[in-house]
Formats: sequence, C-alpha cells, structure tokens
Amino acid sequence: MVVHEGDYVEVTLVNPETNSMPHNVDFHAATGALGGAELSLVNPGEQVIIRWKATRTGVFVYHCAPGGPMIPWHVVSGMNGAVMVLPREGLTDGNGRPLHYDKVVYIGEQDLYVPKDEKGKYKSYDSPGDAYNDTVEVMRKLTPTHVVFNGKVGALTGKNALTARVGETVLIVHSQANRDSRPHLIGGHGDYVWETGKFANAPQTGLETWFIRGGSAGAALYTFREPGIYAYVTHNLIEAVELGATAHFKVDGKWDDDLMTQVKAPAEIPPPATN
Amino acid sequence: MLVAFKLKLALACVAGFAGPLAVAPLLSTDFSSDPASQSEQAFVELRPSTVSYRLAGDFTRAGKTAEAPLVTLRFERPISIMKHQVSASDYQRCVDAGSCRPLEAGVVIAADRPAVRVSWRDADSYADWLSRSTGWHYRLPTDEEWALAAGSRYVDDGLPVDDNDPSRGWIARYERESERRPPDDAVRPFGSFGVNENGLLDASGNVWEWTSTCFVRTALDAAGKGISNNANCGVRVAEGAHRAYVTDFIRDARAGGCAVGVPPSNLGFRLVREQDAPSSLESLSTALRKRWANVMS
Repeated sequence: MVVHEGDYVEVTLVNPETNSMPHNVDFHAATGALGGAELSLVNPGEQVIIRWKATRTGVFVYHCAPGGPMIPWHVVSGMNGAVMVLPREGLTDGNGRPLHYDKVVYIGEQDLYVPKDEKGKYKSYDSPGDAYNDTVEVMRKLTPTHVVFNGKVGALTGKNALTARVGETVLIVHSQANRDSRPHLIGGHGDYVWETGKFANAPQTGLETWFIRGGSAGAALYTFREPGIYAYVTHNLIEAVELGATAHFKVDGKWDDDLMTQVKAPAEIPPPATN
Repeated sequence: MLVAFKLKLALACVAGFAGPLAVAPLLSTDFSSDPASQSEQAFVELRPSTVSYRLAGDFTRAGKTAEAPLVTLRFERPISIMKHQVSASDYQRCVDAGSCRPLEAGVVIAADRPAVRVSWRDADSYADWLSRSTGWHYRLPTDEEWALAAGSRYVDDGLPVDDNDPSRGWIARYERESERRPPDDAVRPFGSFGVNENGLLDASGNVWEWTSTCFVRTALDAAGKGISNNANCGVRVAEGAHRAYVTDFIRDARAGGCAVGVPPSNLGFRLVREQDAPSSLESLSTALRKRWANVMS
C-alpha cells in the first residue's frame, strides 16, 4: 500500500465465512489502539472498517495480531505486509537533494516453521488448527525451516525474476515482520539506504549489506550500472541458499569494462620462474 | 576421458549415417531371486550412430572465453542403457547390502519412482555394487552417451560469446534455463515425462541424470585446435532439461554447483551395461553361487 504523509487511510478488513479463526490488523504506521488491532477484530463472516492517519513517513510493517499465542502463529503463517508513506515533497538524501526512482520492488520476507515427522518429512494437516501444536513446537526453537521472499522458494527467480535496465533506479522495499534480516545485492550496492525505513532520516550511502530489524521494513535505492544477473539475498547465506531467501534481478544494458573486466581467462598456473 | 576427448575433437564432420536407432528393449533374464538380479531392469540398445553434440565444459580460444565447439560424434559399438532411471527401491537394495549411503528422509522408496537426492558418489557406489553382485559391468553413461540416448530430448547448451560483454551469455543462459524449467520438482512415476524415439523414459524430465564426464576447461588456439585441458573430476556433468555441472558429493543441487543459472530439480541416474557379457562359465558360476547362497541362508 502506498500513501502520502497526512493521508487518512480507510481499511475494510473482511474475514470470509470460509475461514475458521478471528483476525485483525496492526499497522505499525498508525497510532493508538494497538495499531488498529483493538478496533478491527472480526470473526469469520464479518467485516470491519477502521481509519488511521499516516502521520509519519517511511515503510512500515502491518500484521495480524489476534491476541496471545495467536499473534506469532498468524504472523509466521504469512499474515503480514508493508505500507509506504511518502513525504509530500518526495524522497531526499538528507541534504536537500531530491532522490527519484523509476520503479519500486517489494520483498516480503517470511520465516516459516513447518513441522517434520520422525522420518524428517514435512507434515500436512487437514486444517490450520490441527497444525497449531506441532508448529508452535518448531517455532519455540527459533529456527525456521524456510526463509522465503514473497511467499515461496523461487517466487522471484527464473521466469519470475525481477528485471531492470542499466541506468534505471530501483527502490527495494524489504519487510520482515518477525525476524532480523541482512539484505545484500550481489554485484550491486545500496546507493541510499533507509535501513530503519523512515524517510525523515537521512539515508546511509554506499552500503554493502544492510540490516532489517525483525518487526520493521527498510528501503534501499540503487541505480544499476552493469548488465547481467544479480542475486538479492539475506546475507546469512545458509538462509539464502538452503532455506530459500534468494531473488534474482535480470538487468539489460551495455557492459562497462571499466568497472569490471576479466584481464586473463582462467588457464593453468604457470610454472614458477627460475633464474 | 582426456584421450577420448582429444580424439573426438580431431574428428572431421562425417557424412550423415542415417541408420535408425534400435527401439526394442532387451529384457534381462531373472536367473534367481536374489536382490541384485531383481535390480536388473529393462534395457534399450542403441545402435551405432552419429550425433551432433556440444562439447561439455568451459572453453577459451586464443586466451579469451569462447563458446564450446559443436562436433559430430560417431558411435561405433551398440550401447545398452537402462530404459528408466534407477528406481528408489533398487537403490535401497544397495543400501540394505551395506554398499550405498541411505536415501534422504522423504524420498519415496518405490519400484516405479526414481532414486533421487543421490550424489555422483552414490550413483558410482550403486553401479559398483550392481556390477559386483551380478557379474555384469554397469557404469554411468558418459555425457556423449547420454546425448546419444536422449536423442531429441538432448538440449544443445551452446551460447555465442560476446567478447566485449560477458553479461549477454549470463542473461541468455538464465532465460533459456528458466524457460525449460520443469513445472515442479515433485517426483513422478516412471513414464510421466514420456518416451523418446529411442525408447528411453523420462529423459529431460524433472530428474537430472549423473554422467561420468568431468568438468573440463579446454584451451583452444586461434584456429580452434586444442592446446591443453584442465579436468576437475570433483565436478561432474548432470544432464536433463539443461546441462549442469555439479560437485560430486552434492545430493541436492539447490545452489546449482558451479554453474550460474537455474539449478536441477532432482538428481538421479541411469546406467549403461557393458556389452561384453560375463563368459558363460562366469555367469554359470555366478548363478550357482547365488543358488547355493540361497540354499545356505
């Protein structure tokens, strides 16, 4: 969701009849009523409308928070996302220089805790309620079985890879409602990074890897300079490769030999010089 | 491997040998009920033939990265290759015999499903066990033999190289591999990915098959003649919807080995059986030993 500072955001939360549990929503961008959660609890078959004022600029997490142990379980079941509240004068670098982007990309990171049977195979259940006890057991170990972007392993790779062109500026919004993450663009950088995600602060510049605190969203601006394939990962590489936290950018454009070149192709190691 | 490779490089284009390839499967005769014999499945015999083949590995030409040459291979002798991949239950027999590493938890052990999440070393161990137990010589196919067997399912992974822009090749490969990626990784019963013109089941489905071919980096001179090669046999060619180079101890190629691109969905294998049958005396003594072993147990 993208709004501007000072906007009133009216949200209708619908809990379809086919669901089995109550839900609500907590907007980190909002003020009061537990972010709106206190005023938005709906049972299956109900809907509610709340309105909150976007008083602060930045990218913010929202998530379901129906109370007690249900909160973490709903959040790690996927019920979270992000809102972007833009300053009316646009983004700046903190020194009055305006910053523009050509496109926005959203990375919704999710840690998952899927139970396995005694043989190590992932389990299936007839209903979410049936899965609850086993899932909490896995959650309590604080070690996810999967860490994925936008819902599943491979959601942003292969045919679903993100695209850009050399010279194009991309704003990468990264949200993690529950767990710390350390995004890194392999082959690129974070030209301007609002690590904590709040645009009133001057962004940090020229970053290698940045940090998204669990329970927050951050934003990184980058202008691509070389064509090719980039991987956007969380730089705990075990999570990136083994648990699924990898996205790809496919970037078209002209190669700049000045930035990177292969001086000599791989060849056998020459014998040591003798005198 | 290196010698054979050099010979193939020196081959000139041969006038097309348009002989049809054999389709009739050779069924193995079950002499006894011991586990190893039960693992001998149906075979397809490939008649001597010629095939267009993209050499495997990395190439440089006059010191710069170059596209792998496309050559014409001539197979002089018939090759017997398994009709379908080695099944999980067949592989399990090797595990039960103490000669193979156990399958990963979650791999379905059935006679009609391939053994998956197996490394090159696992495949090699299995071929070794099957050979010792049956008296026949089983081995992984070379990448060339796999290309012959796969026929129309064999995919040329050649890509023109732009001297001034390495990204062209990376993007082209990424797009091509993404395009060819199987719809999902779920392991299916044999035959789910169809039969090719040689009678082979499931070639280039969602199981990438190990070959014995190592990852080789070859230096060509300006004229295209081979100067030297550097083989890394810790990395082997796995064939399927696209060619992959995977480290030999990897069972699950999520990261794709040393290739940049889309990783193989599943790793499995099928075997070639050498044509030289054990001598009739050998096979008789093997059969007798087995019968005796059954009587004794």
